[in-house]
Amino acid sequence: MKKAKVEFKNITKKFNNTVAVNNVSCTFEPGTLTTLLGPSGCGKTTSLRIIAGLERATSGQILIDGEDVTILPATERDVSMVFQSYALFPHMSVMENVSYGLRMINKNKEEYTEKTFNTLELVGLKGYQDRMPSELSGGQQQRVAVARAIVLEPKVLLFDEPLSNLDSKLRRQVREDIRFLQQSLSVTTIYVTHDQEEALAISDNIIVMKNAVIAQQGAPRDLYNYPNNKFVANFIGDSNIIKVSIVSHQEDNYEIKIDKKVFKIKSSIQANKDEPHVSIRPDKINILKTSKDNDLEGQIDSNSFVGGSIQYKVKTSIGEFYVIIYDTSNVFKKNEKIFLNFDSENIKIISD
Amino acid sequence: MRKIVIGWIFIGSLGVFILPWYMINDGFFSFSWLFEYELENYGPSIFFALSEKKWLLPLVGPLIFPIILLFFKSSRRTYSNIFLISGILGFVYFFLQGYAIGIRGWNYQIFETLFGEVDRQFGIGIGAVLTISTFIFYLTHGLASRGWLNGDNFIVGSIWVVIILVSIFVFIPILNMFVRAFIGSEGIHTLASFSDRFINKGLWGLDCVFSNVNCGVVWNTLTMGILTAFSSTFLGLGFALLIARTNFKFKKLFKVLSVLPIITPPFVIGLAIIILFGRSGAVSTFLEWGFEVERSRWIYGLSGIWFAQTLAFTPITFLVLIGVIESISPSMEEASQTLRASKWQVFKTVTFPLIRPGLANAFLLGFIESLADFGNPLVLGGDYNVLSTEIFFAVVGAQYDESKAAVLAIILLSMVLIAFYVQNQWLGKKSYVSITGKGDSGFYAELPKSVKNFIYFVVVPWGLLTLIIYLMIMFGGFVEMWGVDHNFTLKHYINAFSVTFDEKIGLHWTGTAWNSFSNTFWVAVLAAPPTAAFGILTAYLLTRHNFMGKRAFEFGTMLSFAIPGTIIGISYIFTFNTPPIEITGTGIILIIAFVFRNMPVGVRAGIASMNQLDPHLDEASATLNASSYQTFKNIILPLLKPAIIASLVFSFVRAMTAISAVIFLVSARYDLATSYILGRLENNDYGLAIVYSSALIVVMLITIVVIQLIVGRRKLGRRDQYVDLMQGNSG
Repeated sequence: MKKAKVEFKNITKKFNNTVAVNNVSCTFEPGTLTTLLGPSGCGKTTSLRIIAGLERATSGQILIDGEDVTILPATERDVSMVFQSYALFPHMSVMENVSYGLRMINKNKEEYTEKTFNTLELVGLKGYQDRMPSELSGGQQQRVAVARAIVLEPKVLLFDEPLSNLDSKLRRQVREDIRFLQQSLSVTTIYVTHDQEEALAISDNIIVMKNAVIAQQGAPRDLYNYPNNKFVANFIGDSNIIKVSIVSHQEDNYEIKIDKKVFKIKSSIQANKDEPHVSIRPDKINILKTSKDNDLEGQIDSNSFVGGSIQYKVKTSIGEFYVIIYDTSNVFKKNEKIFLNFDSENIKIISD
Repeated sequence: MRKIVIGWIFIGSLGVFILPWYMINDGFFSFSWLFEYELENYGPSIFFALSEKKWLLPLVGPLIFPIILLFFKSSRRTYSNIFLISGILGFVYFFLQGYAIGIRGWNYQIFETLFGEVDRQFGIGIGAVLTISTFIFYLTHGLASRGWLNGDNFIVGSIWVVIILVSIFVFIPILNMFVRAFIGSEGIHTLASFSDRFINKGLWGLDCVFSNVNCGVVWNTLTMGILTAFSSTFLGLGFALLIARTNFKFKKLFKVLSVLPIITPPFVIGLAIIILFGRSGAVSTFLEWGFEVERSRWIYGLSGIWFAQTLAFTPITFLVLIGVIESISPSMEEASQTLRASKWQVFKTVTFPLIRPGLANAFLLGFIESLADFGNPLVLGGDYNVLSTEIFFAVVGAQYDESKAAVLAIILLSMVLIAFYVQNQWLGKKSYVSITGKGDSGFYAELPKSVKNFIYFVVVPWGLLTLIIYLMIMFGGFVEMWGVDHNFTLKHYINAFSVTFDEKIGLHWTGTAWNSFSNTFWVAVLAAPPTAAFGILTAYLLTRHNFMGKRAFEFGTMLSFAIPGTIIGISYIFTFNTPPIEITGTGIILIIAFVFRNMPVGVRAGIASMNQLDPHLDEASATLNASSYQTFKNIILPLLKPAIIASLVFSFVRAMTAISAVIFLVSARYDLATSYILGRLENNDYGLAIVYSSALIVVMLITIVVIQLIVGRRKLGRRDQYVDLMQGNSG
């Protein structure tokens, strides 16, 4: 398949007076899968629809494969989309649905039949060509929608929350199928979801959006390990956001103080000078019965057993902590006095 | 250049250089003109332009101008400009020459002094229609190439076509009527002649308050409208509760009754009332014989009209209200019950307030229907004059006063539009009914005793009365003469529908009704497809595309539904009696009148079903290389099949039963069933009238049943919940 680069240059989209996408610039690299991740109303679906040509940007430019497509309608763009509702044409068979795009550009019957059969085989629906969409399960319908999109060999493939109508067991399977298909076709793919786990599992690159702008972008691992703001730290995985005081600071080297204890950490992310905060993942915290080392004093507020781990809420003098302990053999009781211990390498400075 | 552009240039050239420019009396499709071809009568525009009608010559310029694009390469901008300029020039000039030059040369003195005398003009024909269509294509193609609505030819073109057609066949006639209202007796436009007719005791007099003399027509109309709206809403609510909330055994029968008025010509109820309650009516005769109640003429006047209209319009308010009642979520009533509310409290505090906006809606609908009704006041009015009949009498018969008719029509139109506006704007926002798409599995609360009693003691007898009236219509034709001679006879049927077999001519349709019946049937059949097509296309444009002035566009297309038929009729004869569009007396004007009157129903039906279609389907189709026309054809139309069929049926039925608009437009050659029946009624030929009416009803009933069988019925949820409830209770 053709690999194409997609570029957003200062894209803004306004609906009357509300700004859905605010001056966003970013690049979707050829052949990769990029996820647009964010809560509902953050502008991720609007961005996707702008790429598809279903919405027109109020200002800014969008390039596909170097070509300016800003004012081209959807029909004239080499882009296919898998819709959240699948949008299978209910009055057409699987065969007719998948071959629809080819028939619209007047491919001859032999050609579109062959391509359709090949694609159906690729998505594992061989032999289903005469079924109607209503005779298929949710997962099968979803695969028809994918087949219908890829049969056209588009430059760019778009997914708008494709898993939201599937049950949770099936979701994991389908997302692996999508990733496999994307990698074997190596087609530039843009994927919209609000589910951070899905995004982490499937993407080469994640763009986190919040209130119509990009909050942070990067590879899944980098985003998880080095969130640069509170929103990303909380949205991707859970975090304890703690206010700290900076003892000393030289370029990337920080000395910070949490309660009574001083930590030396290295961070490429600049701390906020007025209100410095750090983020600590809940599973990177230890709970100790006794402390020799000025550890943070706390009191267990609640504990819940969730199978593989125990989740605690801990009250401390600098706020409430959320802690996950995988050792389930020993349970701390409510109101028990404990100490919280964490390593300096797990303390991440965030900018705001 | 694309094929479609060349195609349109070709079509336009056909119109100017080959086909007859002016209207052909026998109709283009009779093709008789081909055999007796004469240039003077059937020539193309170019022939007239080169002889005595020089003003047609400038049309050729903009028509062929875009051809230069075949020879020169041009930027997108020049390309669109060339089409835009050609389109606008051609379009504007076409209408200028059309309206400036009439049957006696110049229509306006000023042009004659400027350009000298000119030859006369005729009504436009097929050539002119093709030419103007080409100019409209140029115009919209120019706009689309400038990037209007994503540069979509199909959408831009459709929007303009709808706007232009609605303007020509709805707005211009109405405006024209306003102009007529200001013409005095000498044909001079004055404000004085308008105010003379407007401020008039016959319209606004309040004598009835103090004496026995009748009040002004406006007050009469208002009284009739309010009384009918009130009674039909009241009874409609009763029926709706009866069907939706009780276990009444003959519910099905009553539901069928609600469909009947749709297929009944509006004055037929009046007719049935005459033969039942008139001076020689069956009931009156019985009452005199049994109880020595004196025969009277009480049915002629307000009481009779009120009675007939309530019978006729209750089913309409019922349909509105049952929709509202059935869409109330039962969980709200269940919530109220769990909060310790008694049956009466549930009804008073939850059910009724939720229905209230629907009641106001039904009331306004009843009011509009009553004002627009022409048949019943004509048949039962007596001395009681209302606007719709007064308009009719102002132009037919001795007093022939166009301006008076126009003034009356303006008053009637204002009253109806105010009601329509209130219904749309004010109530549109007050509805509590929402369809969430989530399955509601609760049960409705039982009705309080007092409400149930009201339903059983008032509504059920009224339903029976309606039933009797329809039985009367169906079987009343088998009697010699009502009130006088009740012997069985087939003579009315033979009179109306006899067919004889003649050895020479073959089948001979000797019945008096056949001519008007076949006219009606064919006009209805021909009007249905354009009505549905136009309605569905408009619905698609309104629901799926955003463009400037969309709200006004929507209001405009809906407006023609609110305008009483009488007004459409009168404004059509004012407007289409002279060139450029001279179609009075033809069958075409009947078809056009039906199309533009009934189109809004197609729009409503289309919008309702479009809203149930996932818009992602269109978008999916667009991302799969389909143009908007292909999407419309391949996705929208097949999925809208039920709505299309519904509007086809509705259009057909309305065209068969309408009277108010067409009574002005029928001619000796193109008489329609309803106006023929009304003519028989005026001659007191009740037998034939009733026979003909029942035949119409039967034909339409068969049509509907056949179509229902072909299409199949849609299943409605919650319908059978009472059965479940009863089984649940008995366990």
